Amino acid sequence: MSVMKRLSGIVQAKANKALDKAENPADMLDLSYEKQMENLTKVRRALADVATARKRLELQASQLQDQAQKLQDQAKQALGQGQEDLARQALARRATLAEQLESLGTQHQQVEAQQQQLETTATRLQAQVDAFRTKKETLKASYTASKAQASIGEAVSGISESMTDAGMTLDRAQDKISQMQARAGAIDELLDTGALPDALGGGGDDIQKQLDATSRAGQVDAELAALKAEVGSGTEPSASLPPGATPSANGGAGTDTSGNGASAPEGEGGS
Amino acid sequence: MIVRILGEGRYEVPEADMPAIEQLDAQLADALERSDEGEFTGTLADLIGQVRHTGALIAPDDLRPSSLAVPHEGSTLAEVRSLLSEGV
Repeated sequence: MSVMKRLSGIVQAKANKALDKAENPADMLDLSYEKQMENLTKVRRALADVATARKRLELQASQLQDQAQKLQDQAKQALGQGQEDLARQALARRATLAEQLESLGTQHQQVEAQQQQLETTATRLQAQVDAFRTKKETLKASYTASKAQASIGEAVSGISESMTDAGMTLDRAQDKISQMQARAGAIDELLDTGALPDALGGGGDDIQKQLDATSRAGQVDAELAALKAEVGSGTEPSASLPPGATPSANGGAGTDTSGNGASAPEGEGGS
Repeated sequence: MIVRILGEGRYEVPEADMPAIEQLDAQLADALERSDEGEFTGTLADLIGQVRHTGALIAPDDLRPSSLAVPHEGSTLAEVRSLLSEGV
């Protein structure tokens, strides 16, 4: 059976129900006008909600993007330290973030579509309200004439139908908005709790910890080497200490007795 | 014939153009029946396009009611099914 006829029947029934309270045509006109104004306010509120949802998605996307970039940098750093496993871990997390980002992109498109539809509805409603405001008084003034009564009936069912349409459009938009808000809330929660791999803010960033530990170890090794060299220079005036001061010294003091200076920087790296 | 596209407005469609619209409507009902989401989405887009193309948008100060209603643009099959099953 025709979808258009069934849907029209539902719209008409809703429209008639909306006017049940009105006692006479003049009341109906006033009631219709009030409802229109109400709808307009609701549409504007929904528009503000959509705008908020959109901003929130944009913020989340930029946070995720920063995070993805950070993981990329970490992967590079890990490779530089020769920690391939850690680099792999960082890249795997980055891939998960990329999926999240993609889904945010889809949601953003949906928000934009909603925003557009609501803007159309708002413009249309405003035009209706403006047109109806003047028309309603003319209709009321003339409604005693029997001919005018018929036209009032038609005007009322027409306006009531438009109101119903606006109401249905609004309901639909609000459903979508709450779905979006629920999804955005879920992502915020993930970002907050760190359940999302490697949450923002250093706290739970284990990859960074490992990278830092390794580079700290490297630094300690270097300092240790320097210290050893210094100490070495104090006790026995051997060759290896002054960094590059006497290149010829290498050849002379080539024996391994001093031992410490040459091998330390590389040897400790693996801890 | 006055056709309303929900969320958009009313269009006055010449009688001569109605058969094409009715055919798309039947196709839409069929897709709904068979729960064929792809067919439903495509047919709804075609139906909306056809109403816009052949009809003339009715000005807001013209208060005539419509005789037929087309679902919102971009509606899913589930949304329309739930609208149609709605008790008033």
